[in-house]
Amino acid sequence: MRFSFSDEQAMIAETVRSFFAEQATSERTRAAMETAHGHDAELWRSAAQELGLVGLALPEEYGGSGLGQIESAIVAEAAGHQVAALPLLSTALAVRALVAGGTADQRAHWLPKLASGEVIGSYGEGGRIDGGRLHGRIDHVPHGAVAELFVIAADGGVALLSRDAAVVTPCTSMDQTRPYARIDADGAAVELLADGPAAIDAAMRAGWIALAADALGGAQACLDRTVAYAKERVQFGRAIGSFQAIKHRLADMMVEIEQTRSAVYWAACAADEGAPDALLAAHAAKALAADTYRFCAGNMIQLHGGIGFTWEHDAHLFFKRAQSDATLLGTPEWHRERIAVLVGLDGTCLDEAA
Amino acid sequence: MKLGFTPEEEAFRAEAVAWLQAELSGPFADLRGITSLTAAPDRRRAWERRLGEARWGCIGWPEAYGGRDATLAEQVIFAEEYARAGAPPRLNHIGVELAGPTILAFGSDEQKARLLPPIARGEQLWCQGYSEPNAGSDLANVRTRAWRDGGDWVIEGQKVWTSLAQFSDWIFVVARTEPGSKGPKGLSFLLVPIDQPGVTVRPIRQITGDAEFNETFFDGARTAAANILGEPGQGWQVAMALLGFERGVSTLAQQMGFRNELDAVIRAAKTNGAARDPLIRQRIAKAEIGLRLMRYGALRMLSGGTGGAVEAAALTYKIQWASWRRSLGELAIDVLGIAGEIGEGADYGFGELSTLFLYSRADTIYGGTNQIQRNIIAERALGLPREPRGDIG
Repeated sequence: MRFSFSDEQAMIAETVRSFFAEQATSERTRAAMETAHGHDAELWRSAAQELGLVGLALPEEYGGSGLGQIESAIVAEAAGHQVAALPLLSTALAVRALVAGGTADQRAHWLPKLASGEVIGSYGEGGRIDGGRLHGRIDHVPHGAVAELFVIAADGGVALLSRDAAVVTPCTSMDQTRPYARIDADGAAVELLADGPAAIDAAMRAGWIALAADALGGAQACLDRTVAYAKERVQFGRAIGSFQAIKHRLADMMVEIEQTRSAVYWAACAADEGAPDALLAAHAAKALAADTYRFCAGNMIQLHGGIGFTWEHDAHLFFKRAQSDATLLGTPEWHRERIAVLVGLDGTCLDEAA
Repeated sequence: MKLGFTPEEEAFRAEAVAWLQAELSGPFADLRGITSLTAAPDRRRAWERRLGEARWGCIGWPEAYGGRDATLAEQVIFAEEYARAGAPPRLNHIGVELAGPTILAFGSDEQKARLLPPIARGEQLWCQGYSEPNAGSDLANVRTRAWRDGGDWVIEGQKVWTSLAQFSDWIFVVARTEPGSKGPKGLSFLLVPIDQPGVTVRPIRQITGDAEFNETFFDGARTAAANILGEPGQGWQVAMALLGFERGVSTLAQQMGFRNELDAVIRAAKTNGAARDPLIRQRIAKAEIGLRLMRYGALRMLSGGTGGAVEAAALTYKIQWASWRRSLGELAIDVLGIAGEIGEGADYGFGELSTLFLYSRADTIYGGTNQIQRNIIAERALGLPREPRGDIG
């Protein structure tokens, strides 16, 4: 038992932290936001090719580094700290689904391309598959406008869909750093995965942890930036950070963030070790991290006063990403309801009266 | 990063489980499941001695003083299994968790050899004398005085909230030994035997109806000159270091005790149907998440060595568990409804969960209120400017 980073993990954390801090600047993120694709292509190329971040958790035979959820969480946290405009989450969902549920051919064909960043992946739910064809409309596909390969969980199976087989329409999304797209598939040809349920399960579990880690990094950034502001900003002849009304809120943010940090790394570790409580841990991390991020981003705006409400200040980027992290792949309430069931609260509990 | 335990550690776990099982099903079966800190003191004194005899009393201590030199992982395992077995709260937890480690850190060789083995053997029980009527959150505002008289220290003054003093043999007292000194300066950390004419212990009845803590009066009480920890005037540094030990392995034992309480709430909710209420389900799930995270938070602190980030994070732990438990108390009484407000006998005594509801109001006060904790986090961990003070300018 040693619940702290190994030397190698600490090194990865250090590397990705400075990489995103230097590269995913506010200017770069804002430039990417303007494109409606929410995608910083240059950053994506260096993240995937120079640092190998996209394929970090992929087996080496597919061009990955064969690392685990802990390392993936480290990357997501660092990217989240900068609200990086990257399709990290959407690609991770596609990759995880393929690894767990794809056929040997599908894995061999797509995984190296996804790991290298050459192909951006995404994941959506909806539509109906019938005789190798996908019908219907799939909403809310994250980073769908730049993805070329989609894993679609539909009625009748889970399948791979190529971008050119369907019509993809970018949406005006509140979080412009992770915008959604809509897919209209009018009988598009798709390729079924070998094991759909396994694909969905793997994608969801990894996705929950990735979102939780993104939220952890974002919440920490909200705290860091607000603390810095509270030390500088003078009102009534004192730095506002010397007032307990301000201090106590910042302290409460740190209390929530440190619990969230425990949650994210517990979930990642439990997943890597195949622990019996891995599912509960993933639900816990996703529920708590989302609440923490919204709490911290909301406080960031409040404690900055008027400037925090402007477009010019970055606070709104965090605030909107926090909402996106909370909504995507299940709300905090939904995850807590799953936990309620996992701890034995089924709907007909009266029968179990002791 | 690794959460699993090695086969050797699992073997240690099996040994601990077997011992606890044998004792708590055999000679000490009557103590299993006790949660009140004041229940069955004589039997629990015997239990402390039994633990000491089998060298389970202070396993993290050096063997020379009655410990086992247990590794961190072993301490974690024992703390968890102890609580899981339903073993009673340690009557001597102040001695084991606070006095002992402080003596280990600041004591002379003579003091360690003299004072530690009786704690490890479960023979001498300790309590603490920090707070005073005028020194609550403002802990350094100590008025209790002590001065040298030949080979002794003589002590005058009053301490309050001295938990379990009525069962204790020794008390550690932070006293002002430099007349005219103010705040944290001029204090000394004295170790004082309780059973003497100069010490009076008077229980204080609390919100639950129980009396776990006391007022303790010192009226010419004496202790040998050798019973000072650290140098005269260094008492504040010793006292602050002691508070740091509160975040040790004991947090894990505490967390397992909370596990038993949450399980009781869940059982109650299933029994009376409250578990079908979506809002109660959300609150139970939140409690479950918070409980798990206390474990992993504690493991992070214990695994982290001396990294600054981990030490800053550790400052959040008190407010975390205290707020969690207060919410659990509120959840417990809401699950029970009116039934939880009805006592079991003519005495003002309530069931476990109702008592939890009342008792947990103390959690966000003792050991530093939530408000003080927020100041500590803001100033020490986040580096925010200090609140201007009226007394020292």
